[in-house]
Amino acid sequence: MNKHVQSIAVPLIAVAIFLAFWEWLVWVNGWPTFKMAAPSDLPPAYARHWDLFLTMGWQTLWRTILGLLLAVIFGTLLGMIMGFSRIMRDALYPLLVGFNAIPKATVVPIVALMFVGQHDFNTVLLAFMISFFPIAVSVSIGLSTLEPEYRDILRSLGASQATIFWKIALPKTLPEFFGALKVAVTLAFIGTNLMEIVSPHGRGLGALFDSGRTNSDFPLMFAVLIALAFLGIVLYYIVVALEKIFAGWAERSPG
Amino acid sequence: MENLIEIKGVRHAYKTDAGPLPVLDGLEIAVPEGGFVAVVGPSGCGKSTLTRLIAGLMKPDHGEVWLHGERVKGPRSTVGMAFQNPVLLEWRSILKNVLLPLEIVPSKLSKKEAEDRARFLLSLVGLEGFEDKRPSELSGGMRQRASLCRALIHQPEVLILDEPFGALDAFTREDLWQTMHKVKEREPFTGVLITHDLRESIFLADQVVVLSGRPAKTQYVLNVPRTRTPTLDDLYTPEAAEQLNILRHQIQVAQGRTTEDAA
Ligand SMILES: Nc1ncnc2c1ncn2[C@@H]1O[C@H](COP(=O)(O)OP(=O)(O)O)[C@@H](O)[C@H]1O
Ligand SMILES: [Mg+2]
Repeated sequence: MNKHVQSIAVPLIAVAIFLAFWEWLVWVNGWPTFKMAAPSDLPPAYARHWDLFLTMGWQTLWRTILGLLLAVIFGTLLGMIMGFSRIMRDALYPLLVGFNAIPKATVVPIVALMFVGQHDFNTVLLAFMISFFPIAVSVSIGLSTLEPEYRDILRSLGASQATIFWKIALPKTLPEFFGALKVAVTLAFIGTNLMEIVSPHGRGLGALFDSGRTNSDFPLMFAVLIALAFLGIVLYYIVVALEKIFAGWAERSPG
Repeated sequence: MENLIEIKGVRHAYKTDAGPLPVLDGLEIAVPEGGFVAVVGPSGCGKSTLTRLIAGLMKPDHGEVWLHGERVKGPRSTVGMAFQNPVLLEWRSILKNVLLPLEIVPSKLSKKEAEDRARFLLSLVGLEGFEDKRPSELSGGMRQRASLCRALIHQPEVLILDEPFGALDAFTREDLWQTMHKVKEREPFTGVLITHDLRESIFLADQVVVLSGRPAKTQYVLNVPRTRTPTLDDLYTPEAAEQLNILRHQIQVAQGRTTEDAA
């Protein structure tokens, strides 16, 4: 078999086997739709609620991306401050680790109560709060572990700190940054969904999931899960594409 | 002033958590224009500190560093540096790496002329055909050659080399010694070479300065007379053996392994 065909066919066959097994499991046990959904229940669920999936999916997507963008800006700035100043690193690191150690599920009701009714704001805030940590840490580590010789080759020619940052420190940190961004995408998604599910009058795919839950509508719940997985994969691969463009040089050649 | 590099009574101590750490104490070095000085001494005695002082990356507590009749107060674009770690930028091609200093230093060269000069330097060190490769595609010795080209691209008066061949195997190192002579004939510079290889020091330099243990002072200066470019065979002559013997003895004194007075 042709290598290219194989690389597409093998995963497709695996997915087909997985779906068939799932369908078989539901059929053999005779589970009704208020106990479990089979793959064959999903297309009707999408057909029934397609307009909801589109509007809610869009809600979830833009809030996640906005939260992520804020996390990138804030995380990078924080990472720069900690990466360049020893004192700031010593001061901020314990705070940051402590903040990160708090399970974000416990923050959800607090935020929801504090800014009651501001659903968009709350959701973006949570996506941001949950995802800036890996970015800040990766940027600060990338900058603080820059070997002194890298600075010296430019500094000995009279280059300014800003020039050294743009020409050397920043590009050198990009591989770590993108590694962290891949983690952050997944985290931001979790943040958005947590808030959407928990908020009483929420919107977005999380809220759609919650309405499925209250009605024991398993086909709808599974359809939401798969839509979420789809959005997550799309966002993840957008980051991978950006990484290829901006930090492709760091890739180990295969083999 | 006839000497291009002049170091007079330099003393320096680093501030550490455990109090000041004296590193240099009474350093005297003079290198005429076009000269090549090698500095040897026990590890940790302050050799890299010396290179940072000459490059203007830091100021000594006491004493003076002069370059070309001017007191060194900060970094200057007439210096080129290469280290044991070639520190090439992985996201640039070899050619773009070599061109990096010209993005900092004001240059009269057009883009085309600068590129031609980079290609010329690369071919001089034997890297013709590797211009568009990434650093990771090159061997350690080749990376060091590229790093040398980058240090020379802006035609520095002073070339500072801090153990540039220290991490290379013996054969690669000897190749690079010969490359250094070839480069120096085409691209004149005044050189400062930090090394822990005594054969390297007498092969490349016309003056070898032995530093004492920390805090380092100038302990001994050996002049290496040169009438022509040396070959590797010259390292096995009685004269070379005699020079190496003297240096070895001086290093032992510097390391404190013999109580005999150095002078
Ligand atoms: N920035 C610094 N702060 C404190 N101590 C330093 C610093 N740089 C070097 N040292 C110390 O000064 C001594 C001399 O260092 P260095 O000049 O690098 O020695 P060498 O290059 O001869 O091995 C060493 O003991 C080293 O640990
Ligand atoms: Mg050193």
